[in-house]
Amino acid sequence: MAEMKRIKVGTASCGIAAGAKAVLDGLRAKAGSVPVDEVGCMGHCYTEPMVEVELNDGSSVFYAGVNGSDKDIDGILSLSDNKRFTFPEKRSKLEKLLVTRLAGRINPVSMDEYKANGGFSALAKATSMSPEEVVNEVLASGLRGRGGAGFPTGRKWSFLAAKKEADKVLICNADEGDPGAFMDRSMMESVPYQVLEGMLIGAYATGATRLFIYCRAEYPLAIKHLNIAIAEMKKAGLNLLPGRTTPLEITIKEGAGAFVCGEETAMIHSLEGKRGTPRFRPPFPTDSGWNGLPTAINNVETYANIPVIFQIGAAEYSSIGTEKSKGTKIFALAGDVKTPGLVEVPMGITLGEIVYDIGGAEPGTVKAVQTGGPSGGCIPASEFGVKIDYDSLGALGAIMGSGGLIVIGNNRCMVETARYFLNFTRSESCGKCTFCRVGTTRMYEALERITTGKGSMADIEFLEDIAPKIKKGALCGLGQTAPNPALSTLRYFRNEYLAHVQDHVCEALACPALVDVAIDPSKCIQCKLCVKTCPVGAIDPVNNFSVDNSKCTKCNSCIEVCPKKAVSRVRKQSAK
Amino acid sequence: MNEAFSYLSEMEAEKGNLIKGLQLIQTREGYVSDDAIRAVAAYFGTPEAEVEGVLTFYAQFKRVKPGKYKISVCDGTACHIKGATQIRAWVQAELGIGDGQTTEDGLFSLQTVACLGCCSLAPVMSINGTVYGKLDRKSLSRILNEYKAKG
Repeated sequence: MAEMKRIKVGTASCGIAAGAKAVLDGLRAKAGSVPVDEVGCMGHCYTEPMVEVELNDGSSVFYAGVNGSDKDIDGILSLSDNKRFTFPEKRSKLEKLLVTRLAGRINPVSMDEYKANGGFSALAKATSMSPEEVVNEVLASGLRGRGGAGFPTGRKWSFLAAKKEADKVLICNADEGDPGAFMDRSMMESVPYQVLEGMLIGAYATGATRLFIYCRAEYPLAIKHLNIAIAEMKKAGLNLLPGRTTPLEITIKEGAGAFVCGEETAMIHSLEGKRGTPRFRPPFPTDSGWNGLPTAINNVETYANIPVIFQIGAAEYSSIGTEKSKGTKIFALAGDVKTPGLVEVPMGITLGEIVYDIGGAEPGTVKAVQTGGPSGGCIPASEFGVKIDYDSLGALGAIMGSGGLIVIGNNRCMVETARYFLNFTRSESCGKCTFCRVGTTRMYEALERITTGKGSMADIEFLEDIAPKIKKGALCGLGQTAPNPALSTLRYFRNEYLAHVQDHVCEALACPALVDVAIDPSKCIQCKLCVKTCPVGAIDPVNNFSVDNSKCTKCNSCIEVCPKKAVSRVRKQSAK
Repeated sequence: MNEAFSYLSEMEAEKGNLIKGLQLIQTREGYVSDDAIRAVAAYFGTPEAEVEGVLTFYAQFKRVKPGKYKISVCDGTACHIKGATQIRAWVQAELGIGDGQTTEDGLFSLQTVACLGCCSLAPVMSINGTVYGKLDRKSLSRILNEYKAKG
């Protein structure tokens, strides 16, 4: 172990879920004098738990997919070839690690380590400039809000900076409510100081006096790391900005599970201890926000971009990306890909490069990607050549969103996917606007009818009729975008809708009401595992292992336990 | 104020802390009872109806006592695509309870949640905060049986 300087184990939420704690304990028990530290997430989530061994010569050896067994632990400590990990070449070529450069490489809560890697140099540089110059630098960088809507960050800051009030508020939106997105969680867990440094620069530029972080309660580790980082920064006196007499207070408020609170006026209400309903704008929060004070809200990833801009300069930053979308974007890649994880890519990369080259999906196995969560849309594989930026995705009927990118394989049903999202938005609609409250429910009901084989052409017409009305009649982004999942699937996968409605067929065999479960007697070895597993007693071992499909709940238990793959879903017998 | 909730005085009685107060109660008691609502209303000087109004708005708050082991089946997009509906159906079949219900012995309660943020390990569920990923029929039974054995 002589050549080892230090061992690092990735213990962000996904690492822990994959068993990183056992690896950590195992290494600590045997590593002797070599320090074993916890680090965040490098984004290669598919191969967690991950271990990096720093060698004395400055190089590193990586191990992936390890567990706490003696074999693996001893293997790592003897630098064996077993489970050694090399970064996939295709992915490394396409990625550009600016914002996530330190994620998973440093101890997230160690301020010394953050500093040793250039941390707080951006704050020093920014505070050596005038606040106006800082705002102008952010404007020049072309950075647009990473929460999804893509409003230029510099402009938002200039509105707040122009306000004369002595008390101003800056909020970090860490209420990552879009199901399928985890960029912000990972950043807060892995590089909390970087997010906070961005906020301090924002406070300096805008003259903000109170800082809030509104974080989902579902992210306990992120909250823990932020709290430690805030306390350390306070100790070091970093929260007293040059030219100020009072140190900044940074308060973390935990969200309580309401998707609509990602909308800025709803978030402000929630921070005031009220129901998180949005309100009409104007007045915009920069005029009247939290408790009536001028307020600006930026997303976690936006703040994490700020230190990068000041490290490399706005000119270099704006040389990355497309004409109207600058810099990099972090995507949470998940779903039907071989190697899901967090990827940071320059704007302007194609969807295909992300799905096939980075995600490792086989061309031909993927039907669509879903971006932007419940507010976004499904983009078909035929459009994967599109260069990703805010405007191009919008033109396809989807949105950039916060960065959730779910890959949908050929064996999934697009109507069911739309139904899933409408079920989400109808239950998350705050109820304030009639078109959103009632409209999303009516859309959900129509989709429910279609996926259960009770739909008609009138349902499809209804969906297309009501969708634009909801968009027009809703006050906030939730309602204005809620119809997108249905509209985009109707646009690109209309044939699936028609098959459900006209023939009562779900090609993907995903909609339970449109499938039967059948056992192939030529493969069945009569082991009765399916009979024992079936929760409703639908399989009759006496009568040639026939399945009573009126009883069957399509839970797939029998399909999963069958050792001979004799059980499968088939088209419903009554289908046309 | 009801002494059972005297720990509310850990925080300032300003209205911006109302949600935090409810969260504290839920962490300590596991749910928010009628008594707790009265205590919060008295402490923050707001009508009980308003406290209930705020708490029913947010999915996090429970009005019924949950089981010893709180199972959250993730139905975020990635998990949904990867079969969350099935996972939930299996949990329901193994424990005999529906979404939002608690087993008769008070051991397990089940809820569906929007996203646990571990999408790359989909499908996932968590039990009392411990996340289990890449679930299938077998691993699910094994995990539930471990908790059943612990009692």
